[in-house]
Formats: sequence, C-alpha cells, structure tokens
Amino acid sequence: MRIYDTDISVPMFLGTAQYPSPAILQQAIRASGCEVVTVSLRRETSDGTGAGFWDMLRETGARILPNTAGCHSVQEAVTTAHMARELFATDWIKLEVIGHADTLQPDVFALVEAARILTADGFKVFPYTTDDLIVGEKLLEAGCQVLMPWGAPIGSGQGLRTPDALRAMRAHFPGVPLIVDAGIGRPSDAAQAMELGMDAILLNTAVAKAGDPAGMARAMALAIEAGRMGFAADPIDRRDMAVPSTPVLGLAELL
Amino acid sequence: MITIAGAGLAGLTSALELARAGAEVRVYDTCPEIGEGSVSRFAGGMLAPWCERENAEEEVITLGARAADWWADITPVTRRGTLVIAPARDAAELTRFARRTSGYREVDAADIGSLEPALAGRFSRGLFFEAEAHLDPRRALRDLAGAAQAQGVEIILGAKAPGHIDLDCTGIQAPLSDLRPVRGEMAMLHSAEITISRTIRLLHPRIPLYLVPRGGGLYMIGGTMIESSSERAVTLRSLSELLGAAFTIHPGFAEASVMETGAGLRPAFPDNLPRLHQSGDTIHLNGLYRHGFLLAPAMATQVAKHFFPERTNANHSERTNA
Repeated sequence: MRIYDTDISVPMFLGTAQYPSPAILQQAIRASGCEVVTVSLRRETSDGTGAGFWDMLRETGARILPNTAGCHSVQEAVTTAHMARELFATDWIKLEVIGHADTLQPDVFALVEAARILTADGFKVFPYTTDDLIVGEKLLEAGCQVLMPWGAPIGSGQGLRTPDALRAMRAHFPGVPLIVDAGIGRPSDAAQAMELGMDAILLNTAVAKAGDPAGMARAMALAIEAGRMGFAADPIDRRDMAVPSTPVLGLAELL
Repeated sequence: MITIAGAGLAGLTSALELARAGAEVRVYDTCPEIGEGSVSRFAGGMLAPWCERENAEEEVITLGARAADWWADITPVTRRGTLVIAPARDAAELTRFARRTSGYREVDAADIGSLEPALAGRFSRGLFFEAEAHLDPRRALRDLAGAAQAQGVEIILGAKAPGHIDLDCTGIQAPLSDLRPVRGEMAMLHSAEITISRTIRLLHPRIPLYLVPRGGGLYMIGGTMIESSSERAVTLRSLSELLGAAFTIHPGFAEASVMETGAGLRPAFPDNLPRLHQSGDTIHLNGLYRHGFLLAPAMATQVAKHFFPERTNANHSERTNA
C-alpha cells in the first residue's frame, strides 16, 4: 500500500492510548509487527512534554502518526497539527475534529475545512471521517490522498455497523487508500473490513483494553492479513443453493 | 549510617524499615516541610490492590495485599472496602472490570443502598471489594515521619544530602533514564449534605474516577493519568471531567465546594511497577507510580533486606530488579 509516497507493507496502524503500561504497549507494537503508531498530542502533552513516553514510542522504531484527538474546532485541530509537526518532525497528521464529546462523532464540515487548511500548509492529512461518499469526495478535493472511515463509534468495539456503506466507499474510490479507523472490537471485525477491500485498519481500544494486549495485537495482525489475502484471492460469491464440489453425473443412482 | 535522599513515601517507609532492622538512618529532603515535595500529597491513599489489578500486573496484589496492616500500625486506616459502580449506559465497563479482578462480591441496588445510603436508588449493580481500605495521605506521611523518628531516624528538612547517598528516593527528580512522569490531577470537595463512607470508583470508558472520603464532609476525587511532564495547575478539561464524574455519583455534589485542586507527577518505570535499582554505590527505590501507599511498605522491606540480608524478615513477597 502506498500512502503519500510512502510504502507501507503492514496494513495495521496501532493507537497508543489506554495501555496498562508503556512496556505492554511496546510488546503490543512488536507483536503486531505494525510500522505506524498514532499518538494523541492534545491529551498527552498538557503543555509540558510527554518526552518520556514519546521516547519509548520512538524506541519501537515505528513511524509516528500524530493525531488531533480531542480537538473540537478547526482552529484547535490546526494548532495541534502544527505542534505535532514540530514535536515529531513529521508532516503526517491524523486529523480528527470531534463534533460531540460524548459520541465522538466527527464534525465532517470542520474536518473538510481543517483538511483544506492543513494540506495547503504542506501537511499530509489522514482524515478520520464517516462512511459518507460526498464527505469523502470533499476531503479528496481538499487535498487528502487517503480516507479513514469509521467502522463504528470510537472505542465502541461494535465492529462494522455499516459494511454496505464501506463496500460502496471501496467501489466509489477505487484508487484511494481506505483505512478503517475506529469501532473494531474483535479480530473477525478487522478481517471483515479487509475482505471488503479496505487497505488497512487502525485500532486502539480493542488491543489496549484486551486482557492480553500483546496477544490481541498479534491476533488482529493475523486477522488483518487473512482478510487482506482473502480479498486479494477473489472470494466466491454467495449462493442460495448447495453446489456440489464433485461431479454428480455418473454416480450410481439407486432407483 | 545510611543516608537517604528524599523524605517522601519511598524514603520514609525505607527509613523506618531500615531503622527497624537496626540501622542508623538519616533522611534529607530539600523541602522545608514533610510531604511538601512529595507527589503523594495528591494521592487518593487507596489501599486497593484488587481493584488496581484491573489495569496493572499481578504484583500489585502480591506486594500490596498486606499494605493495610502495615499502615494500621502507623496511621488510621479506614477499612470499609471499595464500591465500584457504573452509570447504566456503561454497564459493559462493570462487566469488564469484574472479569479482570478478584476479591469482590456482586451487589445489587438494595446492597448498594445499605452500604452507602446516599447512593440508594442511583445504581442498580456494583462490585464490592470488602477487604480494601484507604487512609489520609497527608496525615499518613506525617505519622510515618513521626514513627520513623520514634525509631531513631533523623530527618533533616530544607537540605540536600551532603556527600554520598546510599538510598535515593527522590521520585521524578532521580537521574534514572527509564523513569518517566505520569501527570495526575485531583480535586478536594466539601459537601455538608452527602455522606459517603468508603472509596467509590465510578467506571467510565474515558474518565474513570475515584472518590475517597476524608471525613468531615471532605472528599478527594481523582485521578487523571496523562503522559506528560507538565506541573501546571489542573486543566479545565480534566477538572470538568472529574467534577462531572462526581456529579454522576451524586447530583448533590453540584452544591459541594471545591476546596482545592492539585496536579503532580508520578514517577513510573516502563512496566508501571516500582523497583530497586543499583546505580554505582547508590540504590534507588523509585517508580511507585499510582501505587505509592499500596506498594511502598513491601518495597521498603526489600530495601531493608538489601542492606541487611540476614537481619530482615521477609514480610512481603519480593520484587527485586537491580
């Protein structure tokens, strides 16, 4: 998968919040084999620095995708993105503009506006969005080269609430990398998303809050790989009737 | 003579255990008052190993199970257990918490009402960790200093340790490369109308809160966990989350006075567990993280054992990683 001129071979991005300890987070990153981790700036800096924690993240060798989690307005998100660019020396930014503190649903209007401002400023924006096709189009017009539709509300672990909408998104944006961000609860959810032709999965809560985060990270990585291979291998279509896999003709039929 | 730098929880519990083992101990702290420089002044003071296990390694139980007995010799310990509750819409959090912990019994609305009459009718389900306890951190630290002095420990405040330091207990100030700060924020409420007698934990997917009664209508609420080295005053976001959660426990807290807010930096190693660490001729006890009152006694026993391998009885399970 190629995103913004960068080749990414492992289709899994891991969020870094809510783990029992940084040591367990490091184990989870290693177990998943993922190359990209996201980190929340808004929450973890609180105007000092999260240096100790960030150093540990850098040690994993994973590429850091800072995010604007917790931002509720265009201005807040843009300011946070600028801070992130300075702190992590990266022009990648996972753009979240939250519309409601309780549902954590993205404010897609503010999202498109912030994406426009940030891409004009040289950022490579990874927008956390809904599965709405028109919003997706506007984000691409704004300069985004990747879309991150939700599977379900953040942290809910519901899996894919609207697989048909994601399928439509795949069909509507054939060449655009699509990363399902939010809502994955179990490995089967991740596999399902990949079987729909998504390019990657971004996960956090499902791994961080699992009883064994490293074990779940590995399970997710395997499921994502299985789903990806399954999609690439062109699965058969569903049928209403049984289809015998061996020829019927020539078998002795007892009258 | 054993010289200790830092008269916080780690330093004073170690001083006491070393003195009990027969050592002459001198503790230095740069702050002029006991507890002033210690992050433990913002602690909940919960002795709650079974609840903490939800998000920590098994060591919090093996090292922390006897903490309440240890403290009871030194300072008043309130042994009324912990009541864990969740708003109806977050019932899944309660199920998850129950799956990850032990040492509780499930309680229903009637049980909750008889445990804490102020909460009657407000929550339909909860978990009661009967063996857990809490103490008042500021009083406990003063009492601990008194107990150490009674045992012959010399505490020198307002001064840096001159010369060689045998045991460094300076928390986040210590020069240890894998130690990191985890910011915590708290508030102190006063309510004349609400009487809650035990620690309450309110589960919420984003904002888990604990409320610890301090007596006389005072309640400590905490505590955020933020990967940050900032010592600035509590943020509006954190404070509104804490206060909102207190309001969820009981709407009557809307009329409570906010007596104090605070923010401090907990020292933590990557696995969020404390350990002894040898650096040249100096031993470090650090990384107590959010488990200071719970784990300091067991760690202090290990310190004494380190200095006097023969003379100390192993009162606690071990965790050494020098």
